[in-house]
Amino acid sequence: MIEFDNVSKVYPNGTVGLRNINLTIKEGELVVIVGLSGAGKSTFLRSINRLTDISSGEIRVNGKSVTHAAGSQLRHIRRDIGMIFQSFNLIKRSTVVRNVLSGRVGYHSTLRTMLGWFPKEDVALSLDALQRVNIREKAYVRADQLSGGQQQRVSIARALAQEASVILADEPVASLDPLTTRQVMDDLQRINREMNITTVINLHFIDLAREYATRIIGLRAGEVVFDGTPAEATDEAFAEIYGRPALQDELLGGA
Amino acid sequence: MKTPASTAPLQPAAPEILPPRKTKQLAGWLVLIAVLIVCSIRTKVTPYQLITGLPQMGSLLREMFPPDWSYLPTIWAPMMETVQIAILGTTLGGLLAIPVALLSASNLQVSRWISLPCRMILNLVRTIPDLLFAAIFVAVFGIGPFAGMLALVFFSFGIIAKLTFEAIEAIDPGPLEAMTAVGANRMQIIRFGVVPQALPYFMSYLLYTFEVNIRAAAVLGLVGAGGIGLLLDRALGLFRYDRASIIILLTLVIVLVIDYGSTIIRRKLL
Repeated sequence: MIEFDNVSKVYPNGTVGLRNINLTIKEGELVVIVGLSGAGKSTFLRSINRLTDISSGEIRVNGKSVTHAAGSQLRHIRRDIGMIFQSFNLIKRSTVVRNVLSGRVGYHSTLRTMLGWFPKEDVALSLDALQRVNIREKAYVRADQLSGGQQQRVSIARALAQEASVILADEPVASLDPLTTRQVMDDLQRINREMNITTVINLHFIDLAREYATRIIGLRAGEVVFDGTPAEATDEAFAEIYGRPALQDELLGGA
Repeated sequence: MKTPASTAPLQPAAPEILPPRKTKQLAGWLVLIAVLIVCSIRTKVTPYQLITGLPQMGSLLREMFPPDWSYLPTIWAPMMETVQIAILGTTLGGLLAIPVALLSASNLQVSRWISLPCRMILNLVRTIPDLLFAAIFVAVFGIGPFAGMLALVFFSFGIIAKLTFEAIEAIDPGPLEAMTAVGANRMQIIRFGVVPQALPYFMSYLLYTFEVNIRAAAVLGLVGAGGIGLLLDRALGLFRYDRASIIILLTLVIVLVIDYGSTIIRRKLL
């Protein structure tokens, strides 16, 4: 469960990232955040695991305050939140399984991780995570040998190896082609359903948002201007979020 | 999606775009030539000296041939000592460089109170030439290979730390962010985000410095810091240019072998 209490974010240069946001994302929801670029989607997502600090208000994840946590407390909250990035952010020169294992570092002592000794259970867990995203056979291949879609699935496996209860995905398909986009979205949806992991995804394809989300939140200039089911997210609603009718390139099409 | 063809009337023809003028480029060349001429006049370093000195050069070369092959067994041990000094100096210098490079890098959120002094030390170390280091350490620890090795430690440390911290600053910040999001602490972020990205560069700089150090170690003996340089100094002092040439030849062979080896390793690393 993720709770936003009067959350605002103003960047040092005066840009408003988030404006007075109050909402609760319940366990097991698959929330898609939509909005124009610059509407605050990334800020919203990154403030949940505090990659970005908020200016005022409070964010709680599973009842624990992210805003007031520090040091190991904050690291323990982050350990419970998997994050998927547009640019995958894998260690390209390391093997796939090594990348997935890096999701486990929060569970071990600094000394143990410095030596790179992960317990057998961690390796098994990582291979299992790779199995879930159907790239078990790539476990010992270097990450940069994989296609974009495969790399994104490795980063999903990394979040699974974390045994996270929340997954945040910041434009996870923006650098993928339409076919792999669907595979990655299918993976995220399946994991959300099978493992009941609360999932928050930033997307700019409105048809994908309607197709996969259980709830859509629309942001405009840092404010929530839409919050409802995919059925309620009509073309008119999107026109309201975007301040204009949707364009052709905001649809993925196909399928 | 294709944008439909514009139905608006054509814009009036824009003024023709001309290539930028070359005056700046020309001025640059003129300044360079002027600087060269002034330097040459002030230091009295002129091509005239090159021409008058050439016959001397010829006679020196004639004396260098044929090399004194019988001297080879005598110089083998000091040559190996030179290589060993270089191995020790480069390795220890490289190890010292790791923490300092990490503390100097501006993208690892190290306090300025630590990173700025670290960079100052690096700049200071690099202003001191290796021969001066050797001369200082000979004065402190006495004549012998230890002083030479220590000189190379500092020399390598300066080069490797500087190049490595610049490599660290150029790494992809994405994996660092991913490791932060995973809940890793500072050391873990470095171990899993920085090290895998910077290690190939570090190794490459280490090998490059090793090559440089072989050459440097060969002259360290000139100030009494051990290795082949001592024999080179003696051969030159006694006008035994045939012996000097065999030393130079052997050094060349060793440098070529190491150069070749490290090129292969570096290519595999990057």
